[in-house]
Amino acid sequence: MPDFVLPFRIKAEPRLDTPPVWYTWFVSLLAIVVALFLGGIVIALAGGDPIRSYIHIGKASFGSWGVFSDTMVKAIPLILVGLACTVAFRMKLWNIGAEGQFFLGAFGASAVVLTGILPEDASRWVYIPLMMIAGIAAGALWGFIPGYLKAKYNVNEIISTLMLNYIAIAWNNFFIFGVWSEGGFQMSKTFPRNAWMPRLADYAKEFPALRGLTTHLGLVFGLLAAVLVWYVLYRSRWGYEIRLIGDNPRAAKYAGVNIRRNTVLVMMFSGALAGLAGMSEISGVVHRLQGAISPGYGFTGIIVAWLAKLNPFAVVLVSIFFGALILAGREIQPSGVPKMIQGIILVSLIASDYLLRYRIRIIRTTQEA
Amino acid sequence: MDWIVILQAGVASGTVLLFATLGEIFAERSGVLNLGVEGMMLMGAMSAFSVAVKTGNPWLGVLVAMLAAGLLSQVHAFITVTLQADQVVSGLALTFLGTGLSLVLGEGLSKAGTVALLPAFSIPLLSRIPLLGPIFFTDQNVMVYLGYLLTPLAWYYINHTRPGMHLRAVGEHPAAADTLGISVYRLRYFYVFVGGTLAGLAGATISLAISPGWFSELTTAGQGWIAVGLVIFAQWDPVRGAIGSYVFGALRRLILDIQGPQTLLWFANPFYYNPYWGFFLQMLPYAFTVIVLVLGSREAVRKRLGAPAALGLPYIRGERGL
Repeated sequence: MPDFVLPFRIKAEPRLDTPPVWYTWFVSLLAIVVALFLGGIVIALAGGDPIRSYIHIGKASFGSWGVFSDTMVKAIPLILVGLACTVAFRMKLWNIGAEGQFFLGAFGASAVVLTGILPEDASRWVYIPLMMIAGIAAGALWGFIPGYLKAKYNVNEIISTLMLNYIAIAWNNFFIFGVWSEGGFQMSKTFPRNAWMPRLADYAKEFPALRGLTTHLGLVFGLLAAVLVWYVLYRSRWGYEIRLIGDNPRAAKYAGVNIRRNTVLVMMFSGALAGLAGMSEISGVVHRLQGAISPGYGFTGIIVAWLAKLNPFAVVLVSIFFGALILAGREIQPSGVPKMIQGIILVSLIASDYLLRYRIRIIRTTQEA
Repeated sequence: MDWIVILQAGVASGTVLLFATLGEIFAERSGVLNLGVEGMMLMGAMSAFSVAVKTGNPWLGVLVAMLAAGLLSQVHAFITVTLQADQVVSGLALTFLGTGLSLVLGEGLSKAGTVALLPAFSIPLLSRIPLLGPIFFTDQNVMVYLGYLLTPLAWYYINHTRPGMHLRAVGEHPAAADTLGISVYRLRYFYVFVGGTLAGLAGATISLAISPGWFSELTTAGQGWIAVGLVIFAQWDPVRGAIGSYVFGALRRLILDIQGPQTLLWFANPFYYNPYWGFFLQMLPYAFTVIVLVLGSREAVRKRLGAPAALGLPYIRGERGL
């Protein structure tokens, strides 16, 4: 018998009902708060000032319309990549290759401009749709490969998509350093103006309030894609199949759902969304093909999808939060802070799922004789 | 190009993959898939280098690296074993966490300059064996020799000892192991820890022996993920894991060295005259990993081999499993 008995004990009971929506959000929020707290401790240990860092992140990302617009620019690729992960994860397909699909999308879009298939002064109405198609196709192709390998040879998609990330980066580098290198620099030439997606600032003449705002047409793509993904997943027959496979592959098989075909199609859909993200970044922000076009958007998209609980509209909101983190994080020392905070958030988020599956009870222990 | 030199360096470079692969084999044999190898390796590489810079003692660096990565692995053990969360997502999270932590804690380390590295030496007698001597036993780092020892030990431990049998039982049929009085939870925590320490050792081997220094994420450059792939190719067997690791190590070296000479087999070396063709060479280890997985899965189907039956599944006492 122990000499000292705590006056209460903690008991976890499996939850039989689904928890209410507010509770789900509350738990996620709690996870973020805990993560920021833990992140603060590490920043302090590394010799930084956590409170100043966090205030700085807030100010540098939401402090004015100008910086908020920049936050949205970072959120656009995250929305699209987050949706890409959402689609795949809903079928329990672990597409970790959104980063590579993003790079390939950027490559495809650039190829439209840089291979000279269009006259230099082609209209915006020709350039942008063609770049979109090429970006989407290249991303879908990069999703097709692991999808096919999984369906045909049962190759673990986590590893194949990851390996394809590295291959995609080397592929782009071949063109950046070699074929399309401009004057020996590690970047292509700047695209003609008509290959740039319009920004809010382009309309500053008519609406002076828009001056300097960098948010571009990609935001519209992102929002439309969110609606599309929501419709596909929750209102279409295909989405029903995807969800069925994700929840219970055996039941799906007995119901006559073609799992192999869906594996390939969903990976392609996922890759297409990530490819569109790459196109939108190239055409809306960078305006040429170069090396550092992504601070790990493809990986952050995984966290976005998870934090949004695979809800396409929540993906949009969560992307803005992470866009802020990426934007403001660039100036924070030590420079690894945004990545670390993302890691801590994902860890505490997964841990917090326990609170959704179990009811925690604190039971007063009665003094037993 | 001197083939002996390339193979010799390939064995050294493969040692990194070997440690990480062996560690992951231990964790997966106990039923826990840990995709956080890359993060744990970075953590190991960073802490080993950091401690070696501050204390001047590389051995202390190795020790701290193993502890740091082992500690990090316990986050994964807690989330997947105790909280029963999805092992895939938790492993990914661990990679993010390990990468982020090592970037923050390793800030400024890349400019640290030179440190005392782990020693390299030749083994008397063995180094005089023709062909094998120069490749395996001449001027190799102490870590390489450790790899030679660890591989048969791991194989013997898993297949021919009592604790090894418990390890396999926990990974194949945890409920049965539980009824025999084996603590499933404790063993899974323990072997995830073993996997973590070996990943840390792999990281330390990079930063203090094979390619010394701290180059943030480029220190590991995806080797942790290649190790995860090699485990599948190895069919969860340490000896096959070692062979795979050394072959991959040699491939990595070959890719580095093939761009050097002006002629290749009496022909003009295209990689020398078009340096940016080298990017295609850089793709090879990653493309090979995918190819190896295709071959491995076909073989698994033919021989009816498979992953540990309980791999990826949380064990919940009293619930009907498997």
